[in-house]
Amino acid sequence: MELKLPPLAETGETLTGAEIAIRCLQEEKVEFVFGYPGGAVLFIYDALFNQKKVKHILVRHEQGALHAADGYARATGRPGVALVTSGPGVTNAVTGIATAYMDSIPLVVITGQVPTRAIGEDAFQECDTVGITRPCVKHNFLVKDVNELAITIKKAFHIATTGRPGPVLVDIPKDVSQQSARFHYPEKIHLRSYSPVVKGHGGQIKKALQLLLEARRPMIYVGGGAILGEASGEVTELVRLLGYPCTNTLMGLGAFPASDKRFVGMLGMHGTVEANMAMQNCDVLLAVGARFDDRVIGNPAHFAAGSASRKIIHIDVDPSSISKRVRVDVPIVGHVKDVLGEMLALLKAAKTGPDAAALGAWWDQIAAWRAKDCLKYDRASPIIKPQFVIEKLWEVTKGEAIVTSDVGQHQMWAAQFYRFEKPRRWINSGGLGTMGVGLPYAMGAKLAFPDADVACVTGEASVQMCIQELSTCKQYHLPVKLVNLNNRYMGMVRQWQEFFHGNRYSESYMDALPDFVKLAEAYGHVGMRVEKPADVEGALREAFAQKDRLVFLDIITDQTENVFPMVPGGKGMSEMILAEDL
Amino acid sequence: MRHILSILVENEAGALSRVAGLFSARGYNIESLTVAPTEDATMSRMTILTTGSDEVVEQITKQLNKLVDVVKVVDLSEGRHIERELMLVKVRAAGKDREEMKRTADIFRGRIIDVTDKSYTIELTGTTEKLDAFLEALDKSAILETVRTGVSGIGRGEWVLKA
Repeated sequence: MELKLPPLAETGETLTGAEIAIRCLQEEKVEFVFGYPGGAVLFIYDALFNQKKVKHILVRHEQGALHAADGYARATGRPGVALVTSGPGVTNAVTGIATAYMDSIPLVVITGQVPTRAIGEDAFQECDTVGITRPCVKHNFLVKDVNELAITIKKAFHIATTGRPGPVLVDIPKDVSQQSARFHYPEKIHLRSYSPVVKGHGGQIKKALQLLLEARRPMIYVGGGAILGEASGEVTELVRLLGYPCTNTLMGLGAFPASDKRFVGMLGMHGTVEANMAMQNCDVLLAVGARFDDRVIGNPAHFAAGSASRKIIHIDVDPSSISKRVRVDVPIVGHVKDVLGEMLALLKAAKTGPDAAALGAWWDQIAAWRAKDCLKYDRASPIIKPQFVIEKLWEVTKGEAIVTSDVGQHQMWAAQFYRFEKPRRWINSGGLGTMGVGLPYAMGAKLAFPDADVACVTGEASVQMCIQELSTCKQYHLPVKLVNLNNRYMGMVRQWQEFFHGNRYSESYMDALPDFVKLAEAYGHVGMRVEKPADVEGALREAFAQKDRLVFLDIITDQTENVFPMVPGGKGMSEMILAEDL
Repeated sequence: MRHILSILVENEAGALSRVAGLFSARGYNIESLTVAPTEDATMSRMTILTTGSDEVVEQITKQLNKLVDVVKVVDLSEGRHIERELMLVKVRAAGKDREEMKRTADIFRGRIIDVTDKSYTIELTGTTEKLDAFLEALDKSAILETVRTGVSGIGRGEWVLKA
């Protein structure tokens, strides 16, 4: 007699699509789901109600859900999960999805959809979710058969977290969440069309090290990929063994400790003179998990001409990031951690080291650029300087806080003046530059690390873009600290208008700002206003001493302060404007 | 430079828009695009005719490979290959021009596949240049309607594009 085994999918218990979705999240050990209910996800919310393992965080706007999930992912390295309803739930989420996509953050976004029979009929709260999100996700799925749901969610987690990470969306029609199927969650998954390269090419790694050791003016340029790829240990060891200068991008801050003397600061549009000049003039450049974007190297033709014989080595998990804006001599596709590990092993076994005399001369040159002291500002100012606030924030938190930021001048000052020692401590929107991320990012980080100090450095314009999440912070007791650098302007817009638009401050001034102290209080939090430099440190200490309260520090800063250095758009990295030039 | 990209994609809803969307989002050119299922029903094969510098085409290939639904990408123009395009042309064929139209179609090895007393519909297969040449050879005012499939291509010899 033939022995008949039921197919694998028949072995599990029978669950509804909604229950399957939640069970999948449990199987993935998801701690938090950030979301907002609505018609199309009612069955899924019902399934959430009946369990305790996955905690739902009810935000006040879907954009906040996505940013909070994104902030959680940036702080932990684990995928963030969001759940929103169809139509406006999805369109509100798009900004958050695009933000995560630009910075390669792993997210799994579950969206409700109208029932399958209604798709395409312009049903209530219907939108083409898969179509709308396609250009800003790593991948997306519409699940039309409940039997495909578990495996699709498995695929979503797999795709989101492997290779170059990114957001993956799973759209679930309401009837699919209602129908039943046997539940089976596969342990492993194979996708024939998706197998990201992990291991770097041995020959290329050898060649790269050879070039690095022959360098006379070397430079190591480390981006967000080193943080996403958990390679900061390898980066630090390599830089210290070689004794070469190292710069971090905005997204890479913390990958190499800022206190190390080999750190030349952040590079780019608001990078230091020493970082930008060393990039421009080096003869061998090692790029690690970075993408030579426009805010980093400025004009690529100017960069290429800066050092005609410059050789570039580029390690990245995404082949399409290599030779995209800048021609690379030694491309290495692979996980930065693995590739750097191999490079380190070779370096330790190497018989020769760097050319000490050449390196000494190069460091002398860098010291001369450093002597420009490009980040100096008026410390004696009777008006609060924003840079001073960040320096004090660093002191008060002993450099150990998780700092999130919004987008604009305050973001750049936080990046320049909060000296990050470790990865995943600096959380900001680099690629898309999304105002409003700071507060929800802080929520995601605080949920992940309840004992850590979490500070959101923001501005009075940015913070108003997701201010409603103060209410979420109250509901879930998230005592983050908001450091609002309030200059009564959209500062970066104002700066560009001052430099490039003849001081015509078109619509960059808000005439009717809320009283942030009262606003914080209205949401049930503590609000404090700080107007004198002498009060900054005390206020910060008082705020961080209130461990169980959210404190909104409204700090009235100098309206005219600008971020320096600055490489104007389209210019080369060495064409910086310094404070003293004006 | 003209490049012919052959792409194997998962036969999934939306695969075509992912590929087409990539080209429009990143500002790449599509001169023509053809797509149909293959002998393996789970996969479709696309042929995209694009133009761009070597750097741009390298980026296009990398970006296509990144799409989760894309199984394989090959630039046929990098090796020996055959390309064909199918064209259907409806032409005026009345009176003294009728015989001349038939002769021209014969010269280009075209086939007349539909006839009325005033028109022919001619089917012609060949390279893009051949189809262009045929249209050139016709009196412009005789052309009533043209439809072309865009280029399809395959590698020469025993080499095959497989998943």
